[in-house]
Amino acid sequence: MTAALSVRGLSKAFGGVQAVENVSFEVEAGQLLALIGPNGAGKTTCFNMLNGQLAPDSGSVTLEGRELVGLSPRRVWRLGVGRTFQITATFSSMTVLENVQMALISHRRRIAAMRPRTASLYRDEAMALLERVGMAAQAERACSILAYGDLKRVELAVALGNEPKLLLMDEPTAGMAPGERVELMALTAGIVRDRGTSVLFTEHDMDVVFGHADRIIVLNRGRLIAEGSPDTVRADPHVREIYLGAGTTFAL
Amino acid sequence: MGFYFTQFLTGLASASSLFLVAAGLSIIFGVTRIVNLAHGSFYMLGAYIAYSIVTSIDVGPVGFWLAVLAAAVAVGLIGVAVEMLLLRRIYHAPEMFQLLATFGVVLVVQDAALAIWGPADKLGPRAPGLDGAVRIFGELVPQYDLAMIVLGPLVLGAIWLLFHKTRWGTLVRAATQDRQMLGALGANQKVLFTSVFFAGAALAGLGGAAQVPREAVSLFTDLNIIAEAFVIVVVGGMGSILGAFLAAVLISELNAFGILIFPQITLVLMFLVMAVILVVRPWGLLGRPEFIARGPGEMPEAPYRPADGRLKLLGLAALLLLVAVPLAGDDFLMVLMVDVLLLALFATSLHFIMGPGGMVSFGHAAYFGLGAYGAAMLTKLLDTPMELAVAGGIAAAAAGAVVFGWFCVRLSGVYFAMLTLAFAQIGWSVVFQWGDVTGGDDGILNVWPAAWASSRIVFYYLTLALCTGAILFMRHLLYAPFGYGLRAGRDSPLRAEAIGIDVRMRQWHGFILAGAMSGLAGSLYAFSKGSVFPDIMAIPQSIDGLMMVLLGGVKTLSGPYVGAAAFHLLEDQISRLEFWRAILGVTILFLVIVFPQGLVGFLRQRLSRDEAAP
Repeated sequence: MTAALSVRGLSKAFGGVQAVENVSFEVEAGQLLALIGPNGAGKTTCFNMLNGQLAPDSGSVTLEGRELVGLSPRRVWRLGVGRTFQITATFSSMTVLENVQMALISHRRRIAAMRPRTASLYRDEAMALLERVGMAAQAERACSILAYGDLKRVELAVALGNEPKLLLMDEPTAGMAPGERVELMALTAGIVRDRGTSVLFTEHDMDVVFGHADRIIVLNRGRLIAEGSPDTVRADPHVREIYLGAGTTFAL
Repeated sequence: MGFYFTQFLTGLASASSLFLVAAGLSIIFGVTRIVNLAHGSFYMLGAYIAYSIVTSIDVGPVGFWLAVLAAAVAVGLIGVAVEMLLLRRIYHAPEMFQLLATFGVVLVVQDAALAIWGPADKLGPRAPGLDGAVRIFGELVPQYDLAMIVLGPLVLGAIWLLFHKTRWGTLVRAATQDRQMLGALGANQKVLFTSVFFAGAALAGLGGAAQVPREAVSLFTDLNIIAEAFVIVVVGGMGSILGAFLAAVLISELNAFGILIFPQITLVLMFLVMAVILVVRPWGLLGRPEFIARGPGEMPEAPYRPADGRLKLLGLAALLLLVAVPLAGDDFLMVLMVDVLLLALFATSLHFIMGPGGMVSFGHAAYFGLGAYGAAMLTKLLDTPMELAVAGGIAAAAAGAVVFGWFCVRLSGVYFAMLTLAFAQIGWSVVFQWGDVTGGDDGILNVWPAAWASSRIVFYYLTLALCTGAILFMRHLLYAPFGYGLRAGRDSPLRAEAIGIDVRMRQWHGFILAGAMSGLAGSLYAFSKGSVFPDIMAIPQSIDGLMMVLLGGVKTLSGPYVGAAAFHLLEDQISRLEFWRAILGVTILFLVIVFPQGLVGFLRQRLSRDEAAP
């Protein structure tokens, strides 16, 4: 298989804290890759460097061979990287449907258009995406009054708006009820299958991770300490140590 | 050589007093997050009070400085009164309400000063003991200037000691970083806020009082000084005292030397320096990127729905009424309604960036003024026909918005508000000072409409058609992707950028469009009055716009024109009274505290409540 995303020697320090240190990995096309690690391991920092929100100190990130480091989030998105956030970010004064329409309008570069009514643009397409994530029934509701789990679904539909090659999902199921979590990940796995999209996601819920990830990479204190299939990672003594106790706190 | 050195000293002397005002503004903002527009009023009061003391009592050298100090303390106490009676009630209100409330204070203070000290400028006597001059490099330097040069660093040192060696100072610094955390740790915020207001107001009072022997104080002092203080705080970095000092020195020296090279346009020079600094360091020389601002979550606006039948009918009825106005045969009514229409367009263009765009401009009158002056100057200087002059006015306003907007959209929140205000004030100064071209204070007269539009009725219908068209055009834009893009940037810049929307570009385009529409209102205004004066781009005009939008309701689409009509009809009534500014100020305070959702917002709330009831 070929790599959709390839990360080489990524590093970032905040003041004296080395948040991410020399991290390298690849996301293969059509793969669901989980990035796990304890709190403060550097997962979100890593994520923010992948889509251009944060400039790395060193290292390279390439999407199908194209360098992403130095590009702004909106350029990275144009190249085909969708993103959902740990704390959902949606347009709260718009309806669910309009949120998805905005992504489609931006994708077609019609965001500065003065003539058409927004409501009439790419309506069916947006409905299809909402259908896909199970939010069609709530299309006309305001985003500001949605339950948190539903917002996560809306974000997924928005992120699919540019037919991304790669989806970055930062804790896609945080704040959801256990039943919903598995459901959302099953949904994501389905999308990966249907569209051939690659997904990189971070997650704390191990049921979700081991239930759906094709491959797992483990980050601790900014370094990559293990990678492989779910079974390999489950059996890794180092990973077990971090997650089951002996713990990072006292291992100074 | 000697000449340049004295010029340098003059600059330093002016810097001291500016630094005092800016430091006070910065401290108050740091702790309370309130941008105090009334800070210039505190400065003015300090000057007036000191003037009264030194002219009524025969003070000696020591007595003079005691008088200055007494004035500072008095102003500090006035600040305490303002904080306890007013600001305490609105700490949790949105920023723009706080700004407006402090502007209400500006108006009240202006009329109070007019009542107490009268309209004439007041120049105090020279300071006893420091009334001579010293020779430095063969040039005479007033002794008092040397004293001022010492005063600035002295106060800077005192503030530093206060901040780093006392418990109060530690609390102030802590609150500047994270006031919620400080509250959670059990610090008494009420006392802290009040004391900070005392300190900040007293600093402004001190700055004003110390300036009495150097400069005459007038009723315009307040707004002039606040614009300069804003520039200094923005250049120095909000919340940084040392930054304010450096910026004050920089700006004052620039004025001192700039006046030698371009005596007419020192303010433009100031603007250029600010522009350069903001591009290189958006948060000022010593400012830090962002504060932890955990404001109370504001209720987001409801999604836009297309106008329903009832609303369309209401709009049509209103339009028919407007069309029928000339039938009343009352010339005065027609003149009044032309004003209402133009202000409605002005307010709608402001709402366009301020509501959906989330960019609260405190200088929108600049574009109204550019439109008016553009049209008037084309008519007077080039004899341009009216149709072209109006287009020229729009172009002038749009061009201004292209330049100013490019800088403004790089900032947000209060920084944005301050920069727009500073730009508007600079525009006003250029028009005011550049008398040869703009007529200065005398304005431009005899700007009359083309012959075909010269009858009152025709001009009324022309205004009605253009204003209604422009307002409907903007309304349509808000339903088009253009307007949705603006709202996307306001709702969540993070999400907008993550789906490829260039938020700054959207904001810039919105800013330019609003500027152009405001310019249309301005150029029609010039022809409706037959003249233009600098007042139309002064700060009060910008604030009037904000008032109209807030009065109508910022979270509604029809708010701005309803608000403009209500505001202008109200103003028309009270402006005949002697102390109308004070009345207006109190009205603002009343609105902000009691009626924050505006007229249309209020009606909508009532209606939806009725509908929700079973």
